[in-house]
Amino acid sequence: MSMLLEVNNLHVSYGAIKALQGFSLYLEEREIVSVIGANGAGKSTFMNAVMGMVKRDQGAVFLKGEKLPGKNFMVVQNGLSLVPEGRKVFAPLTVLENLKIGAFSRAGHGDVNKDMEWVFSLFPRLKERIHQHAGTLSGGEQQMLAIGRALMARPQVLLLDEPSLGLAPIIIRDIFAELRRINEEGVSILLVEQNARQALLLSHRTYVLQTGHLLKEGLSKDLLSDPEIKAAYLGTREKR
Amino acid sequence: MKKSLWASSAFVVLGLILIFMPLSGYEEGIVALLCINCIAAMGVSLLTGFTGIFSLGHAAYMALGAYTAAIMTVRYGVHWFPAIVAGGIIAVLIAWLIGMPTLRLTGDYYAIASIGLGEAIRLVLENWQSFTRGARGFPGIDSYTSRTVAVGFFTVLGIGMFNLIYSRLGRELKASRDDRVAASLMGFHTPSSRMKALLISAFYCGISGALLGGYMNFIQPSMFDMMKSTELTAVVVFGGLGSMSGTLLGSAIVTSVMEYFRDISQYRMLIYGCLLVVIMVLRPEGLLGSREIWSFIPIQTLRSVFRPMPRPDARPKERG
Repeated sequence: MSMLLEVNNLHVSYGAIKALQGFSLYLEEREIVSVIGANGAGKSTFMNAVMGMVKRDQGAVFLKGEKLPGKNFMVVQNGLSLVPEGRKVFAPLTVLENLKIGAFSRAGHGDVNKDMEWVFSLFPRLKERIHQHAGTLSGGEQQMLAIGRALMARPQVLLLDEPSLGLAPIIIRDIFAELRRINEEGVSILLVEQNARQALLLSHRTYVLQTGHLLKEGLSKDLLSDPEIKAAYLGTREKR
Repeated sequence: MKKSLWASSAFVVLGLILIFMPLSGYEEGIVALLCINCIAAMGVSLLTGFTGIFSLGHAAYMALGAYTAAIMTVRYGVHWFPAIVAGGIIAVLIAWLIGMPTLRLTGDYYAIASIGLGEAIRLVLENWQSFTRGARGFPGIDSYTSRTVAVGFFTVLGIGMFNLIYSRLGRELKASRDDRVAASLMGFHTPSSRMKALLISAFYCGISGALLGGYMNFIQPSMFDMMKSTELTAVVVFGGLGSMSGTLLGSAIVTSVMEYFRDISQYRMLIYGCLLVVIMVLRPEGLLGSREIWSFIPIQTLRSVFRPMPRPDARPKERG
């Protein structure tokens, strides 16, 4: 295994408010890493800072040892692809058009159709609705579309910001199962999630954020049985 | 056939008809005015309808084009053609200077900033007595805007515009209009495409202003006040945001209506206002909505009449 993505000592602030105060993280190839935390812990800020969508006060992001630029569109061209919070599919465009637009940032145009087939094999629901406007899809289908669209860029790292947001539990399970499959086919995944249980079950390693600081990090399966995490994030208590 | 090719051929046909149609002198003037207004409207439509940037100051770019062409032809004896093009280029340069800091704004904030900037440019023209003759206006411009010249510019710029909106840049603009965050996550450099949209729209308005100078033979700063800017944006909304042919249709209708009621000129604004209210009540999305005019032609039906075999790559009819 080799180091794919490395985030060093990231500081981000909104005016006087410090949203992220020195957060570091690494992601190895073919790994799933999740970042969990409560509302306002800085999860989305972290994601946006990695993607270059908010200004980083301090710290740097490295992809395969090379420093990533701070400009968003360059980060995308370097091979990071974010599935944004709230999905943000192009509502007036059809499913097919949304997927095509995802391939925009690639240098070559070669295997677009092949990748499209791959996305359809992951999410057959999308193929059924290929000419439907994205705005008329259900929330879960839009999330699948957003993931498919991000995959069309052939990312080196797939980043997901709250993929479970606003979805029914059964859909969440489906989507997380597909994420595992995507990972097994060789895509490294960095996931930010409020749904701590699903994130811990899916990922190999997990970082726990609290008000801009790292609270804990470790193997996900260890954290699942960690009493502190259990009480704070999983809503279960040790039986006495 | 590609849509842009269709549109280009339509423009060539339209241009030829407009140039060779036998008309009285008065009607020729109206055709020229129609073309001038349509050029400016296309520019604003690209920015407002296709990029989602509301501007209420685009009359200022017309003023820049008009004054540049007027000063070059009258004072320096430059031929009208390079003077008109220079008018467009000056508008682009000023738009670039203005766009650098202000395009960071979005939505209502940009609209407010654009009002201020438009007025600022007008006031500079009004008070720079030694160069622009100030509020007295600038008389004695050659009437270089004949029907042929106006229609010629309209045809060329129209073809350019329709090729642009179906180009890669056109798609980038529409993506950043629909969702700026999502567009930038797809790897679009949205600030740069927004800037390009502003520059191109300023170019169109500059050319339109320069032609207007040659048409009226006289320009003054108050011709390019906020009223005019509002009219430009209103025409675009009237025709349908995101529809270039709707913009042209809207602009043609508004210009004709205004011209038709010239006799009762003190009531023209009243009629103009009523027209806008009526269309906004009946069709809030504008005349054509966000569709282009040829999407109203029932191509599927025509195809089934002329070619019974369905084409394998024909897109199924839109659902939902």
